[in-house]
Amino acid sequence: MSAQTLYDKLWNSHVVRQEADGTALIYIDRQLVHEVTSPQAFEGLKLAHRKPWRTASMLATPDHNVPTKNLGGGIKDPISRLQVETLDANCAEFGIVEFKRGDARQGVVHVMGPEQGATLPGMTVVCGDSHTSTHGAFAALAHGIGTSEVEHVMATQCLVAKKSKAMLIKVEGVLGRGVTAKDIALAVIGRMGTAGGTGYAIEFAGSAIRGLSMEGRMTLCNMAIEAGARAGMIAADDTTFAYIKGRPYAPQGDNWDKAVAYWKTLHSDEGAAFDAVVELDATIIRPQVTWGTSPEMVTDIDGSVPDPASAPDAVKRGDWERALAYMGLTANTPMTEIKIDKVFIGSCTNGRIEDMRAAAAVAKGKKVAANVKLAMVVPGSGLVKAQAEQEGLDKIFVEAGFEWRDPGCSMCLAMNDDRLEPGERCASTSNRNFEGRQGQGGRTHLVSPEMAAAAAIAGHFVDVSKL
Amino acid sequence: MRKFTLLDGLVVPLDRANVDTDAIIPKQFLKSIKRSGFGPNAFDEWRYLDHGEPGQDCSKRPSNPDFVLNQSRYQGAQVLLARENFGCGSSREHAPWALEDYGFRVIIAPSFADIFFNNCFKNGLLPIKLDADKVDALFKAVESNVGYKLKVDLEQQTIALPDGTAYKFDVDAHRKHCLLNGLDDIGLTLEHVGDIKAFEAKHRGAQPWLYA
Repeated sequence: MSAQTLYDKLWNSHVVRQEADGTALIYIDRQLVHEVTSPQAFEGLKLAHRKPWRTASMLATPDHNVPTKNLGGGIKDPISRLQVETLDANCAEFGIVEFKRGDARQGVVHVMGPEQGATLPGMTVVCGDSHTSTHGAFAALAHGIGTSEVEHVMATQCLVAKKSKAMLIKVEGVLGRGVTAKDIALAVIGRMGTAGGTGYAIEFAGSAIRGLSMEGRMTLCNMAIEAGARAGMIAADDTTFAYIKGRPYAPQGDNWDKAVAYWKTLHSDEGAAFDAVVELDATIIRPQVTWGTSPEMVTDIDGSVPDPASAPDAVKRGDWERALAYMGLTANTPMTEIKIDKVFIGSCTNGRIEDMRAAAAVAKGKKVAANVKLAMVVPGSGLVKAQAEQEGLDKIFVEAGFEWRDPGCSMCLAMNDDRLEPGERCASTSNRNFEGRQGQGGRTHLVSPEMAAAAAIAGHFVDVSKL
Repeated sequence: MRKFTLLDGLVVPLDRANVDTDAIIPKQFLKSIKRSGFGPNAFDEWRYLDHGEPGQDCSKRPSNPDFVLNQSRYQGAQVLLARENFGCGSSREHAPWALEDYGFRVIIAPSFADIFFNNCFKNGLLPIKLDADKVDALFKAVESNVGYKLKVDLEQQTIALPDGTAYKFDVDAHRKHCLLNGLDDIGLTLEHVGDIKAFEAKHRGAQPWLYA
């Protein structure tokens, strides 16, 4: 057999049938479920008198809507409450395992799944959420789907899909001080654009990627969607196996050895052909900060807000002008002179224990600047929260003037009460800086946890590599 | 699902790239557990001058006169003309639900984000990719001709312009079949229950830990 990419292997091992035009039925091993994109799917099932094909393949938790304060006090917003209660009722009716609010295992669905060992190499993983690409960090084929597809997978355990093209993004070398997986992700998007990966499944490879922890790999794959690719993935290796071993849903006993033997084959073969290859030198990546309203509007911390007059074409010039007006920024302002009002550390991109540790290391013994109205740290799950508290990270944050919250998606998309007011500027470890994303009129700058913590202390963006 | 066969529809131009699904339907409306009624909140933050919340009577809200959808010449538009990477961002199917509920049946752009593109076909909306220069020409034509309409024929895969020009477009055969006949995928997939069960048995044998 000719050399295969990791994507080929994952795809080929899940094709149930294929039509002449390439449309295939792909078997799905794991579906993660949250409250926002599932109610209409459950309703559809019920209206058609259908049942889920395999409830054991499903795992649910509320995340988008949940408050991050007053954990014991219920959800005040009646519309949010109904949505979360609808998830509870649907999971109870169909016998689907759900980690409810208050359960330590509850959290952002893309933090919860891997933490439980519910994401395994070789799996196909879907969820009604675009950041499902996160799970590709485990050499899984994972991507977001719409609610109609959520219902389709529930009813049939399959997805109707066509194979994407394959892209290899190779990052070689050692990352510099203060440079993280988040910076790789933003640097890639800055170079390719947010549509650069459209139509592709991206495999990240190279020594810089192999050197990342699982948390870092998840951060990177999480943002594949921001490069336009539905799926991002990384070959399985000892780092992968070590992370999974012993987790609740991980294979046990004989099955563990069989699984690892199979997982070791989950990498692109020598000489496998990709439709596109992008190479990056890890050593020249600097800490990144976005300046606009699309993740591709990004620059190095040493950089400045660009001048729309230097945009490559008229459409881009219009976009840049609109972005600067929305962001309240003037061309040529150095990034380090931009002052912030709020800080958000958390999300499916950067809400894991390693992110908490990195931010705490920067905040330790310091104080949040007077001009910062709110700096919040939102752990990605109850287990991340518990681990951080065990390590004393919560105390470091609180002593520095950060708020230490309960798990949820929080101000990544501001569906709960955590949001920016019009005109407020935020250093955020989340994944999208779209207009209104963190609250109507809010201005988002995407950064790593280290950069967000450093900005909280300084009151403006600073170069963490120089701290 | 609603069928799509032919449309002779008024065109509205939305002249910006990377229109994301947060812009198409802001997050606060995603709290709904229904799949209908999102039309009045499509492009909410651009369309209205106040902050929108679920359950409001949108007819009483101050509308933004500068936003293209609010201009009188574009009322009743069924074809949305857009720029690169339309529908990027989240997987929320609420975005196509909102566009369809607003009254759109066709979206024309040089490129679309993958998940959004896919979601459209599940909801009777036809997203059409056209070369950037053709899209550019359409933008110019729409802006200079009040009441500019396009005839979209899915069976023939053509867009007919008022000046007699016709553009061909691509659509994948499976999606075309579903849209022309108003078929939803689940029924079609369940015709292959035998294949799915056979696959599952083989898969279970190869990777038993997935079923432990």
